[in-house]
Amino acid sequence: MRGASEDVRNPLTQPLPLAGEWGKIRLPYLEVRNLHKRFGDFTALGDISLDIGEGEFVCFLGPSGCGKTTLLRAIAGLDPQTSGTIRQKGRDVSALPPAQRDFGIVFQSYALFPNLSVADNVGYGLVSRRQKRAEIARRVGELLAMVGLPDAGPKYPAQLSGGQQQRVALARALATSPGLLLLDEPLSALDARVRLRLRHEIKALQRTLGVTTIMVTHDQEEALTMADRIVVMNQGAIEQVGGPQDVYRAPSTAFVADFVGAMNFLDGTFTAPDRVSVGAASFACLPQDGLATGSKVRLCIRPEDVRVRDLPAGIPNRLTVTVGELDFVGAFCRASLRAAEIALVADFSSNLMRDLGVARGKTLDVALPPDRLRVFTA
Amino acid sequence: MSLSTPLTRVRASRDDLLMRAGVALLAVVLLLMVGLPLWSLLVKGFQDRDGNFVGLANYVSYFSTPALFNSALNSLHVAAVCTLIVVPIAFLYAYALTRAVLPLRWLFQGVALIPIFAPSLLPGLALIYLFGTQGFFKSWLGGGQIYGFEGIVIAQVFYCLPHAMMILVTALATADARLYEAADVLGASKLRVFFTVTLPGAKYGVISAALVVFTLVITDFGVAKVIGGNFNVLATDVYKQVIGQQNFSMGAVVGMVLLAPAALAFAVDRFVQRKQVALLTARAVPLVPRRKAGRDIFYTLFCTLVAAGILAILGMAVWSSFIKYWPYNLSLTWANYKFEAFDANGWDSYTNSLVMAAGAAIVGTALTFTGAWLTEKTRGFHLVRDLVRLLAFLPMAVPGLVLGLGYIFFFNAPANPLNFLYATMAILVINTVAHFYTVGHLTATTALKQIDPEFEAVSASLKVPIWRTFARVTAPICLPSILDVAVYLFVNAMTTVSSVIFLYSPDTKLASVAAVNIEEAGTTAAATALCVVIVVTSAAVKALHLLADRFVLGHLQAWRRR
Repeated sequence: MRGASEDVRNPLTQPLPLAGEWGKIRLPYLEVRNLHKRFGDFTALGDISLDIGEGEFVCFLGPSGCGKTTLLRAIAGLDPQTSGTIRQKGRDVSALPPAQRDFGIVFQSYALFPNLSVADNVGYGLVSRRQKRAEIARRVGELLAMVGLPDAGPKYPAQLSGGQQQRVALARALATSPGLLLLDEPLSALDARVRLRLRHEIKALQRTLGVTTIMVTHDQEEALTMADRIVVMNQGAIEQVGGPQDVYRAPSTAFVADFVGAMNFLDGTFTAPDRVSVGAASFACLPQDGLATGSKVRLCIRPEDVRVRDLPAGIPNRLTVTVGELDFVGAFCRASLRAAEIALVADFSSNLMRDLGVARGKTLDVALPPDRLRVFTA
Repeated sequence: MSLSTPLTRVRASRDDLLMRAGVALLAVVLLLMVGLPLWSLLVKGFQDRDGNFVGLANYVSYFSTPALFNSALNSLHVAAVCTLIVVPIAFLYAYALTRAVLPLRWLFQGVALIPIFAPSLLPGLALIYLFGTQGFFKSWLGGGQIYGFEGIVIAQVFYCLPHAMMILVTALATADARLYEAADVLGASKLRVFFTVTLPGAKYGVISAALVVFTLVITDFGVAKVIGGNFNVLATDVYKQVIGQQNFSMGAVVGMVLLAPAALAFAVDRFVQRKQVALLTARAVPLVPRRKAGRDIFYTLFCTLVAAGILAILGMAVWSSFIKYWPYNLSLTWANYKFEAFDANGWDSYTNSLVMAAGAAIVGTALTFTGAWLTEKTRGFHLVRDLVRLLAFLPMAVPGLVLGLGYIFFFNAPANPLNFLYATMAILVINTVAHFYTVGHLTATTALKQIDPEFEAVSASLKVPIWRTFARVTAPICLPSILDVAVYLFVNAMTTVSSVIFLYSPDTKLASVAAVNIEEAGTTAAATALCVVIVVTSAAVKALHLLADRFVLGHLQAWRRR
């Protein structure tokens, strides 16, 4: 899954071209510039700038209250920004009411009209376009087949399951062939199992239709599996924009490192361009730019990057640790490790557990590979 | 940098413009219906009979005339006593309905609601037959008489009971069974459970019920008019000043004095309600009472007693309306229902009432629902929307007599271009809609808040005009609430006396007003008969509503079924 996104050669993740080169690449489909949103003294969005390419699937990811939904609703025109501009396909839509913008939207609550049949719900936006009845019926049938509910037309929303209702909402949003699809936490109200299935279906549908899509979510796994690019947000600002691999492998801030995936944090001091001391221990890391020696830093490593097997002699960042709690999570075990004042968690596969006989209270040698260590200012 | 960027001013869509125009229009309509009449009343209190400004002279003379000032004290006294009697009875009755296992529960609930369908004159008239100078049980009073304080209290208890009971049933019905299980498991005594779980849960209901009863008694005119005798209260004083002595300025002053306690009670209620948080979360387990012989027998007896009292008063009214010549000839007759013999309008006043009630129901429902929708869904335009909200809330705090008086001053002013409305059926409809506007507005707002807030966003994204979604989705979904409002307006329009008594003309006299006039002329039997006709009509409309709710709506709203 994650490997797929490496193939996406998105010009927008590349450095901006020089002025003369503009003609050679596609213009972004959606350009957000210096967007601010204030509620009284509270800044919900502070100076957001972002480009989204045509056909891209972008996720706004962040904890609740980070401004991701506010940004989505500003793009839709539902809750307009305080200042800043939004251009869609080159057209300035900043000051347009929602009805004059081009988007389809799906909400967490589905917002299906309960008193209209599924077919009438899906055809709701087509009827007002004065299309012929037969034409509408054909299009509705096509859309329902597309979301895998070919026979649901005559039913009422209350007779469908949550997952089915969400598909109807998706069909309704796509009925008028909008250029931009906005999904506001579309899967949050569903059961875990249904959620997994719909993830794949929505992503597949989006790829087939090629519709530019923005999805708001607080679920990092959802964002990692579905998005071409993830916009990680925190406190009304963008922390990082990048492909799922970038965000996971190379988080650009401590917040992203902590929010996306599991992460160990060790508080230390930057002692040399490629060394960090944590208590009595000293760790080698990749050379860091822009950090003054002596500054307080946080050293990060993912639990699955802690190495245990086949440690060659002289491997850097070797530690002898005592095994504490072992949390069995199914495919692997999450182990709490301790060496003097350093506390870590590491993921051990079942095989490894068996082969090395890992057990509570046992001592082990582990290594923290320097290329997997990341350093952030504290 | 961010400060120098221009602020985004979103262009208004056609929907926005349409809705803002609607809200503005609504604000004007409500100003004409509620705001300006009350303003006229306020102004009138500072003028002499010829319309010259006299400052506080009227108020000074009011408070220095003991006969007038005593009425205010009387009103407060009666209201306080009634509240102290009604709230405990209503609480026990509501408790029995929600927390005990009663045989024929629906019947007990139905009987307790009957007084709502009667004009407040009815209990007064029935009491005259029971305990009046020629009453059946006069001897029970042992030389005392029913006219005055005691009579008003008994009649008000009958009249106010359903209002308090409905509030308390709602308060007691929303209980979480798990709280009681937890208290049980922790070994709390019955008494302790009552004081730590039941009462706190119903606290706001009790306060609200007390304030509603207090306001109803203070502002009611019918009961005191019929059975008050020489015991003057504020409501009868307004009537006497305006109709009897044509002293409009003093009427206005008494009206303002009447407004004070009602407005205060309303303000307290709003303040208290605001503190209330939802006690019943979505995950609460509803409490279903289990059989318990001792408790159930006690409450069945209690409810039987209360229901018997209500039925006795109602039954007495019905029976006496068929009697030839009380108390000398008790044979039955239809003569009292031949209203032509007692009032120039005859049965026309009843037809007028039906027309007025239907008009108020249709106009009022359309106005309150559309108004609530506009107020809730318009984007921006906050100042005007807040003004509309204020004007929609105001009528709740204004007694009918006060509003009616305001209508005289406002619509009868020669300079008012709306003067042509005066003494027409239209002004009765407008006044009744205004009088009962708040409940309609609140019911519609509650219904609108319960539906998904994103419907408008979805229809905007699909380029569907907002009014189309209103007609095709919002209004159909809210149909049950819309019917509730319509029936509420109809029943109240049938039974109201207070506000319209200043506004009818010979051609537009209403049944409830005719009953007051007939009673005033001394023909108690015919007045009672007219009240019985009103009770039967409004109860029948309510019954039709229940049937429609059950059968027609169920059919139309197949989409609610899973």
